[in-house]
Amino acid sequence: MPLPYYVSPEQMMKDKAEYARKGIARGRSIVTLEYKDGILLVAENPSTLLHKVSEIYDRIAFAGVGKYNEFENLRIVGIRHADIKGYSYSRGDVTAKALANAYSQALGNIFTQDVKPFEVEVLVAEVGDSNNGTKNEIYHILYDGTIEDEKNYAAMGGQADEIRRVLKDHYKEAFGLDEALQLGVRALTVTQNKTLSERDLEVAVLDRTKERRKFRRIPAEALAQLLATAK
Amino acid sequence: MNDERWQHLMADRSPSFVDLLRRASPHLLGTPAAAGDAHADVPHGTTVLAMRYRDGVIMAGDRQATAGYQVASRRIEKIFKADDLSGVGIAGAAGPAMEMAKLFQTELEHYEKVEGDNLSLEGKANKLGQMIRMNLPAAMQGLAVVPIFAGFDEKAGLGRLFKYDITGGRYEETNYDAQGSGSKDARDSLKKLWKRDMGRDEALRVALEALIDAADEDVGTGGPDLVRGIFPTVKTITRSGFGDVPEDEVKRTCEAILSDRTLHGTGS
Repeated sequence: MPLPYYVSPEQMMKDKAEYARKGIARGRSIVTLEYKDGILLVAENPSTLLHKVSEIYDRIAFAGVGKYNEFENLRIVGIRHADIKGYSYSRGDVTAKALANAYSQALGNIFTQDVKPFEVEVLVAEVGDSNNGTKNEIYHILYDGTIEDEKNYAAMGGQADEIRRVLKDHYKEAFGLDEALQLGVRALTVTQNKTLSERDLEVAVLDRTKERRKFRRIPAEALAQLLATAK
Repeated sequence: MNDERWQHLMADRSPSFVDLLRRASPHLLGTPAAAGDAHADVPHGTTVLAMRYRDGVIMAGDRQATAGYQVASRRIEKIFKADDLSGVGIAGAAGPAMEMAKLFQTELEHYEKVEGDNLSLEGKANKLGQMIRMNLPAAMQGLAVVPIFAGFDEKAGLGRLFKYDITGGRYEETNYDAQGSGSKDARDSLKKLWKRDMGRDEALRVALEALIDAADEDVGTGGPDLVRGIFPTVKTITRSGFGDVPEDEVKRTCEAILSDRTLHGTGS
């Protein structure tokens, strides 16, 4: 009988983490910035059909980087979680915090129990309500279930560290939408030597001024205009 | 080890919220059939109507819920926004009907978010029919829900409306329809007053004339309540979306109708 070979738990976790990080690094990045009227999400994504940024609930948006099929599954599970909760309690009881924790649990379990970890990072953002004084919330969940809450801006994906550095140096509170977008795009550009046009970007906002469902995609034409005014 | 979980995910990729609830929380679905006849004790919504006009469809409903010979509520809303381009007017047992409207709203939004696309108007109308069919056991015991569904069909570029029976049977009406205890009177009124391609103001007036006629003839239907300031709810659904007709506009139109009727003696 062949002897089952021994791998130390440390080694196993290290290998898995490295595997997941490599998968994520291959994909393109996403940035999020708080601006005057809400939260802006900018993804580098040339596809207009396969989204990286999407709506979960009235004030909650989702963004994923890494392997599409994996974060797409997480997105749908998130919509289900939110809709069931909102239907059985009330719409106001659906929070980004609960959802982010659920994602963190799911990713943590998959990381420790499955042979192959998910090669994804996801972001859950909730826009605050000026009427009852709640603040914006941004949660960043890693492939192993690590969860962080971010302030003002967040970046994830392959070259997140460099992107974060640009955001840190130039971010100002109470940015207008065009200023926030300009900085977001600039930050995404640092890791490559081409400029990004509206055709390479997927942009959406959680717009506090909207009624009930705050999520809004910014179509290419409007995006081109916003990018032009920023220059 | 996790085969089951993934097979589960693959098999359960239905974009339907109702299917999801049936799997995840079946206790939240449907009205359990009670023993005996629950009809008399339960508040019932009375009259709702929908009709086509130049820009789309207009929906209106009175504000009263009636339980037997009692007024159960004077201010309930019977016209609900289903999504940006459609609405439901509810008649029948008020509790199950409002629950159904809420479930229907969630169903449409859930589909839209999961699929990234809207259902066709036809698809929405069919889905509502299935939900009414789910309620059939309760309906047989007097808790029937018979909504009107109306919306703007983007593909066809016009307003369309659908009525249902308690078995979920779906019937498209071309011009107008009414549901609830005062529906016969409202329909009679609409038969005489409805015209093709009415403008918004005229359509509003016709809708309110019909509701006032229903309130006149049917004890269950509430008329404009000038003392408490309660007026019917009226909504329009056009290419640009689902909109409210402001209450003071409804109020002014109601007052104009009533004063015309007083003047001409037609109210007696």
